[in-house]
Amino acid sequence: MSEFLFLRNEVAPAMIRGVWMSIKLIVPSAVFGLVIGIITGTLRVYGHAVLKSVANIYVTLFRGFPLLVQLYLWYFGLARFGIYFSPYTAAVIGFSLCSGAYHSEYIRGALLSIKEGQMLGAQSLGFSKTQALFSIILPQAVRRALPGCGNELIYLIKYSSLAYMVTCIELTGEAKILASLYFKYMELFLIAGAIYLFLVSIATWILNHVEGWLAVPGFEPPRT
Amino acid sequence: MHFSITAGLKAVIEGLPYILGGVWVTLVVVVGALFMGLVLGTLLSIAHVYGNRVLRGLTGLYVWFFRGVPLLVLLFLFYFGLLGALHLDLSPFFVSIVVLGLISSAYQSQILRGAILSIPEGQLKAARAIGMSDTKAITFIILPQAFRLAIPGWSNEYTIIMKNSAVTYALGVAEIMARANHVAARTYQHFWLYLLAGFIFLILTYAGTKLLGLLQKRVAIKGYAR
Repeated sequence: MSEFLFLRNEVAPAMIRGVWMSIKLIVPSAVFGLVIGIITGTLRVYGHAVLKSVANIYVTLFRGFPLLVQLYLWYFGLARFGIYFSPYTAAVIGFSLCSGAYHSEYIRGALLSIKEGQMLGAQSLGFSKTQALFSIILPQAVRRALPGCGNELIYLIKYSSLAYMVTCIELTGEAKILASLYFKYMELFLIAGAIYLFLVSIATWILNHVEGWLAVPGFEPPRT
Repeated sequence: MHFSITAGLKAVIEGLPYILGGVWVTLVVVVGALFMGLVLGTLLSIAHVYGNRVLRGLTGLYVWFFRGVPLLVLLFLFYFGLLGALHLDLSPFFVSIVVLGLISSAYQSQILRGAILSIPEGQLKAARAIGMSDTKAITFIILPQAFRLAIPGWSNEYTIIMKNSAVTYALGVAEIMARANHVAARTYQHFWLYLLAGFIFLILTYAGTKLLGLLQKRVAIKGYAR
């Protein structure tokens, strides 16, 4: 009976708080990451030479540094220059910029896979380069990049646990605190792990269906 | 507010030998985990491709679990949870290699599974037709080709493990990140030292992928391009 009371009074509220915090970390990071990724990916293919190399340097650095190092740079490192982020802000900035760099790789690959003739065709119909990019090329490229970007979103769910390292208390943090308090490491980390598994499985299921929902009928059927 | 790069540079230069010592720790963790992942991953992929329904279900479950739970949670689960429950006393260093290896085995099994499935089925049939047993055919015909095909995937896996190995700092493994932190705690030059750690990781991933690219060229079978 005491086990049940422990679960109900201690574990459940902490886990709900933790999941809520994790979701508050994941969703904005996913959205910002995708936006950054699409902009950077487009710049790397169609951008001006200077912008292109800036985007390339950004991607090399943010894909090359471990995410933990990036989070530490944002949270502990920038304090040197008088820039103080809250743990939450630092984590969201870190996640967004890191996953943006990865997304840009998928977007870039997808953009390069769209035949050059489409751009030329659009321009010959009187589209400006920007118009052609936004209404012809990108809608196709984003669809083609979906499987890759979906993987990146799954990674983001798992990497959100690193926010604990910059003292943003989300699911892992709540589990760690409660586990140290009651010395029940095995149970609490199994519960936290199960919740992450659940989140990842739901996200995988949704992402598999998004491809189908976004598919243009009769044009490039999605792989099943 | 100090805004001096010289102080940062001084800390970086003074801390460099100590932090570079962590490169060996990181490399042992990464190579150990990759090797463990390779051995387990190969077995898993064979079980998944050629096994019966039970084996396939079990390997699927294993892969689902280790790909779905974050590294940090698994590190805590194994180090604080499992070792406590089993009354074992193992070093964080060892536990890190095991956990990274288990996760990597799940990913590597999928890389190798893709490689095995891309080899035409007729090869296994032909090997069976000339009298090889299943085991022999898989070991001598299928796997040597699959391993070669899997090298680009491994190169990716190496970069991922290399970067994930920084998380083992959470258990107190004295790798690059932990050492950068030690020096930073003494000199207050967090920014420059984390930047240094980041660049060391960048160099290590770059060098590793170059080496694996060389390996791929080296083991390629001449006249058998795919």
